[in-house]
Amino acid sequence: MTVGGDPAAAASGPALGTVGRLLPPLGGLVGFFGLWEALARAGLVAETLLPAPSGLPAAWLSELRGGYWGDAVIGSLSHYLSGLVLGSGLGLALGVACGLITGLETTLSWVVRVLRPIPGLAWVPFAIIWFGISPVAVTFIIGIAVFWINYFAALGAVRAVERDLIEVAQAFGHGALWGRLRKVVLPAALPGMLSGVRTGLGQAWMAVVAAELFGIPGIGARMMQAASLLATDLVVVYMLTMALLYGITDTLFELVRRRALAWQP
Amino acid sequence: MAAVATLDGIALGFGAGPGRALVLEHLDLALEAGQFVAVVGASGVGKSSLLRVLAGLIGPTAGRVALAGAPSRQRRPIGLVFQEARLLPWRRVLANVELGLEGLALPRAERTRRAGAALELVGLADYAERWPYQLSGGQRQRVGLARALAVDPDLLLLDEPFGALDAITRASLQDELLRVWERTGRTVLFVTHDIAEAVYLADRVVLLAGRPASLAGSWTVDRRPRDRGSIELLEVAEAIRRQLARSMPPTDRAPEYQI
Repeated sequence: MTVGGDPAAAASGPALGTVGRLLPPLGGLVGFFGLWEALARAGLVAETLLPAPSGLPAAWLSELRGGYWGDAVIGSLSHYLSGLVLGSGLGLALGVACGLITGLETTLSWVVRVLRPIPGLAWVPFAIIWFGISPVAVTFIIGIAVFWINYFAALGAVRAVERDLIEVAQAFGHGALWGRLRKVVLPAALPGMLSGVRTGLGQAWMAVVAAELFGIPGIGARMMQAASLLATDLVVVYMLTMALLYGITDTLFELVRRRALAWQP
Repeated sequence: MAAVATLDGIALGFGAGPGRALVLEHLDLALEAGQFVAVVGASGVGKSSLLRVLAGLIGPTAGRVALAGAPSRQRRPIGLVFQEARLLPWRRVLANVELGLEGLALPRAERTRRAGAALELVGLADYAERWPYQLSGGQRQRVGLARALAVDPDLLLLDEPFGALDAITRASLQDELLRVWERTGRTVLFVTHDIAEAVYLADRVVLLAGRPASLAGSWTVDRRPRDRGSIELLEVAEAIRRQLARSMPPTDRAPEYQI
C-alpha cells in the first residue's frame, strides 16, 4: 500500500532541522578529504606533489610551535584589515559623492574607465617603487583590489534611493545636503553598500596572498618560502588557513550586516 | 476667521521657453483656521502640485504663498501626509514619527514624548517599537498621519492619503481622521479624486480643473456628524460632478467619477 506515503518520513523531514540541513554538505566535505587521502596513499602521485591530509595536523603543529603560523596570520590579518578598511572606505565615500553629485560622476566617468580595468596586482611594481617592500605596499594593493567594488556598489545604491523618500526628508525639515544624506540617503543605500563590502571581503584575501608573495611577512610570503623548499604540506596548511580566515571574517561580517539590516523583512 | 494659509495668484510651470507647460494659473485659495478643505479634480490636473507649492517643496512660477503662523524652533508650520505612507523602513515606528522633530530645538525626551502622544492619537501607541514592514497598509498610513501631527503644524496637508487602501480600511481611516481633526482643531487641506470622500469629510470642497488648472468651484457642507448616504451629501457630490464634467475638455470626459 502506498496510499498517503510514509508518515514517519514526512514527520522526520522538518524535525531534523539544523542537523538535517548540515549533514549533506558535511558529508561532501568528508568525502572530499577522504578521496584526497586515498589518492595520496595509493602512491599514484609523489608525496611532494600531493601531500596527504592526514599529515597536515602535524605540519601545522610544528609550524605553530615555531611561531611561524601565528606571525603569518597576524601579519596577513593586519594587512587585510588595513587594506580593506582603507579601500572600502574610500571606495564607498567616492561612490556616495558621485551618486549625489551628477557633475562629479560625469567628470570622473572616463577616468574611471581608464583605471577600473587595471587589476590590483598590476599595481605591484608601483607599490614597491612608491612604498618599498613594506606593509604599506600590501595595504595599497589590497585597497585597490576592493576600491572599485565598493565604489560601484555605493554609486548604484545611492542612485537607487527612491525620490519619494528624499521628498519625505525635505517635507520634514531635512532638505539640506547633510540632513538628506544622514536621514535618508545613507540608511537607504546601506544594504547595497554592505553587499559591496562583503564582495570585497573575498577579493581582499586573494589580494593579500598575491601581494605578500613578493616578500612582506604574512601567509603569502610563508607559502612562497615553503614552496621553494618543496614543503607542500605547509603550502596546503596555509591554503586551508586562508579558507578558515575568510570563513571567519565572512561569518562575522554577516552577523554585523544582519544586525544593521534588522529592519528588512 | 483668520486665514492660516493664503495662495495668491499662483502659477506653476515646468520647463522653460516656448515648450514650457503651465500646470496651475491664477489660483487663489485661503484656508481658514480650523477648517477642513478638500481639493478634488481629475488625476494629473495638478492637485498634488498645488499641495507641494503650499508645503514649500516647489516654488511657484508666479504668485505668493503666505503662512500665518509665526516661525518657531519648536514646531513646523506644515505636516504632510503622502499617498503611500512613505515611512522610512529602517526606522521603528516611533523613530519614524520623530523624524520631523529631529531638526527642531527640542530635548530628546520631549521629542519622544511628542512622538508618543501623536502615536497615541492615531491609536498605535502599542506599535512604537515595530518595524514598518510589520504593519498593515492602514496602520502605516496612520503612522504617516502621526508623523505629520507630531510637528504640531498649523496646517495638515494630505495628498490622497487613503487612495491606495481597500474600501473598508479607507472608511475607517476617514472616520479616524475626522476624530483626530475634531480633537486637535488643525486646519486641513485634503487632496482626493474621490468626490464622495471629499463631501463626507470636508467643510468646504473646492474643484480644481482646466489646463492650466485653477479653481472651478467651491461648495460648503455644514452638518456634522454626517451620514455617508444622506441626500444632502449626494446632492453636493452630484453638483460637483456636473461642474467637473462641464469643465473638462470633451475628449477627457469619461464616467470616472461616479458615486
